[in-house]
Amino acid sequence: MARRARPPRASRTVLRPPASVGRSVPRLEGPDKVTGRALYVDDLRVPGVLHGRTVRSTIARGRIQRVSLDPAFDWSGVVVADHRDIPGENLVALIEDDQPLLAAEEVRHAEEPILLLAHEDPERVEAATRAVQIEYEPLEPVLTIEDSLARKALLRGDDNVFKNILIERGDVERGLAGSDLVIEGEYRCGHQEQLYIENNGMIAERTPDGGLLVRGSLQCPYYVHKALVRAFALPPDQVRIVQTVTGGGFGGKEEYPSMIGGHAALLAWKSGRPVKIVYDRLEDIAATTKRHPAVIKLRTGVARDGMLVANAIDIVMDGGAYVTLSPVVLSRGAIHAAGPYRCPNVSIRARAVATNTPPNGAFRGFGAPQTQFAVECHMERIAAALGLDPLELRRRNAYRLGDVTPTGQVLRESVGALEALEAAARRARWAERRALHERENRAAEARERGDGLGSGAGPGRGRRERATNGAGPRANGRRLRRGIGLSLVYHGAGFTGSGEVKLGSVAALDLARDGRPRILAASTEIGQGTTTMFAQLVAEALGVTADFVAVETPDTGLVPDSGPTVASRTCMVVGGLLEKCARSMRERLELFAERPIKDGRDFQRIARRFLSERGPLRIERRYEKPPEIEWDDDRYRGDAYGVFSYGSCVVEVEVDLDTGETRVLRAVATADIGKAIHPILAAGQIEGGTIQGLGYGLLEEVRWKEGRVWNHQLTNYIIPTSMDAPPIEVVIVEQPYSRGPFGAKGVGELPMDAPAPAIVAAIAHATGARIDEIPVTPERLLEGLRDGDAGRDGSGSSPGSRRGGKRS
Amino acid sequence: MKRLLDVLREDCSLPGTKEGCGEGECGACSVLIDGRTVCSCLVPVVQVQGARVVTVEGLARAGRLSALQREFIQLGAAQCGICTPGMLVTAAELLRHARGRVPSEEEVREALAGNLCRCTGYQKIVDAVRAAARGGTSRNGAPATRLARAPGRSRAGTARTKRSRRRR
Repeated sequence: MARRARPPRASRTVLRPPASVGRSVPRLEGPDKVTGRALYVDDLRVPGVLHGRTVRSTIARGRIQRVSLDPAFDWSGVVVADHRDIPGENLVALIEDDQPLLAAEEVRHAEEPILLLAHEDPERVEAATRAVQIEYEPLEPVLTIEDSLARKALLRGDDNVFKNILIERGDVERGLAGSDLVIEGEYRCGHQEQLYIENNGMIAERTPDGGLLVRGSLQCPYYVHKALVRAFALPPDQVRIVQTVTGGGFGGKEEYPSMIGGHAALLAWKSGRPVKIVYDRLEDIAATTKRHPAVIKLRTGVARDGMLVANAIDIVMDGGAYVTLSPVVLSRGAIHAAGPYRCPNVSIRARAVATNTPPNGAFRGFGAPQTQFAVECHMERIAAALGLDPLELRRRNAYRLGDVTPTGQVLRESVGALEALEAAARRARWAERRALHERENRAAEARERGDGLGSGAGPGRGRRERATNGAGPRANGRRLRRGIGLSLVYHGAGFTGSGEVKLGSVAALDLARDGRPRILAASTEIGQGTTTMFAQLVAEALGVTADFVAVETPDTGLVPDSGPTVASRTCMVVGGLLEKCARSMRERLELFAERPIKDGRDFQRIARRFLSERGPLRIERRYEKPPEIEWDDDRYRGDAYGVFSYGSCVVEVEVDLDTGETRVLRAVATADIGKAIHPILAAGQIEGGTIQGLGYGLLEEVRWKEGRVWNHQLTNYIIPTSMDAPPIEVVIVEQPYSRGPFGAKGVGELPMDAPAPAIVAAIAHATGARIDEIPVTPERLLEGLRDGDAGRDGSGSSPGSRRGGKRS
Repeated sequence: MKRLLDVLREDCSLPGTKEGCGEGECGACSVLIDGRTVCSCLVPVVQVQGARVVTVEGLARAGRLSALQREFIQLGAAQCGICTPGMLVTAAELLRHARGRVPSEEEVREALAGNLCRCTGYQKIVDAVRAAARGGTSRNGAPATRLARAPGRSRAGTARTKRSRRRR
């Protein structure tokens, strides 16, 4: 495979043999996290703090008639705030300004915040929430994508559509007409809750200068900043947002902290006291954002040899009640919807629609897990229809260097699709395991029919398999089947299209008083390793060790706006800026010293001398668009991303035909991420994303009743435990990207895209049932197995159109 | 009646123990009560009268990290860190019961099944627990962090009163 991804441009001379980058140095904040010293928002002690609570709508849609406070309740000491108390604009500023901070006259979704309460005693304020009565004039709610498309009620414009996207390449109808076979399918994905273990929480206080200080659990300090400047009509320098140690985000703390931060700030504003709002789990699951549900239809024309000829894709996502981030989620979903496959004729039509459910928002993958789930399931259906090995089908179609994506982007460099695919197949021993499972499933079937065949067989127990599989599929008269499935995905790093240009992120490096380099960036450490990885990039360029580099807390009073910590952009984009800052700082100091820097101590000596003789040193870099990247927002054409990362996942499953339970026995995940700055952190991202993807595919189902989540507990919203998670083998592929620091691309989201379709494929391999909707709960699988023969794909190809699976 | 969790966090100023769900599902609030892992969000404080309670703050001795803590750092088992205190406490009990034997991957997974982690996918946690049981040799051949080799060298391991099984 061509590894000549780096085009000849400014020679990137490595200053010295890698000292830090590529090594798994100890996580800088590790000691705090293993000793309990790390202080999360709920751990902060603030003298005089009040505890805030939110009174929310209990109905999905209606007009607020009256809000009354029960006169029998003792309201002394209770701070009450509603929309009239907001000093600035009543909105949560984001893309469109359509979401109020507090509902005024109408509610558009259940759990919409209406009233805020605060008191010194958390139990009193809790009791106070029950002493608020809200009367509504209920209106007919729209709760599903279907009802929204059918305009059961008009919530937005004349079609309920928040955003329409059309991407076209070639001529799809002609392509379909000229194909040997056209395969159709419809795929559905439900909501998914981010389920960071630390709930959302913020502490706000008024500052002596008449401004606001807000600290809390968040991903994007400048998002909160922007929102509060608007809501409180304050000059930007009077709003200060500080990140506290954050217990997971996954997108769930991208935009929502603006809401909860605004609420805490409003109570603080009104009371003059510090106010803390920390959600409990019930409120967090019920009220905050989730992954967008989606319905995706594909109509794909292929040649007999498996080459894709045309792909017509229709996507509808449920945006919820307000626009929030839906247009950009939809955009990323649409751009990735055809998968990492060459195809000359593609049309992708995507819509995000309004419903009266809580707004859906950012969640790791950001639209791409939904659409790639669909296209990957569809590839399985195509492989089955053609009688091709699913690996071989992907091998034939996977992107190579020079291929063109549906937006017309030419893949100029760093295309590791095939390499990731082959690495996964090799590590998983694809062909061997596939044959083994087929043999053993046949034997098990025969045994169950009682013809005595294969009595000793039973799906086998490879060396790698887990002891808890008990005696394997033979055990205790259970009817078990095993299967193997794979998927191939890609994920664009950084903001879509012109997003990075609009952000114009800034990062800086300065010299602390002790002569150590200090990183100034708004990118947050949310568990993924930002702090350590940034320190490594800077250390490498400066010729010092990572632990010598200081990393400033993301605090809008101290750090420049390096954009949000989202979109797999932190390492590639902001890390890239920091690397440049560091190279420039090194140059400055070496010029000053008139000799090269030897190591950390030497650096410190020179830096101190510089500080005393020349004064402060601060180096700042702003994002500059690489000249080769072109994007047309209106036509949706061009380079959607600077570069893509590629990943493949292989899973083996065991299905109990009687209970419908699926166990994932093993997972292999490969990822082409350009360069693993810190192999252990990178593998941690891949493993964690894989298990979130497993939850998405198998376990995690948000259940609704009249527009409200009813399983808003950890007892009934099920995420994977250590027993559900299989051993994971990770293979990192490094196809360097010339614009990324040391060749790095994005890693955070990619691993979320791959597991769900791989699991569905493995279930189909084990049982013959193709399930087109995730999560594949036991109920859904049993249903699929019951009308199994309908959903069952023959192995041979049949000419003409095949209508893909059923909907439940 | 205050929960043990609140007393630890507020009255004892030991905020290392976290609340993730308040209903005993996530394990972030795990502490050792007389050597047994318990969700402190489910324990009314009266029930620990006379018992020995060990939280994450008690796992390091005299500022020296336990083998478990070191391996958690070394092998990337702590990401966002919010589940880490509960994981460490639960793993400490497992290692104490293992008495120097290295528990199988499956045993570790079973022992940790009451502690939810959303970041790691559990693999690195399992690896770190087993590495600590092996005496802290990290798997990737990196020079082992120096440490006393006995697992259960944590304070948890020394709590050996007879009054076990106070509560579950």
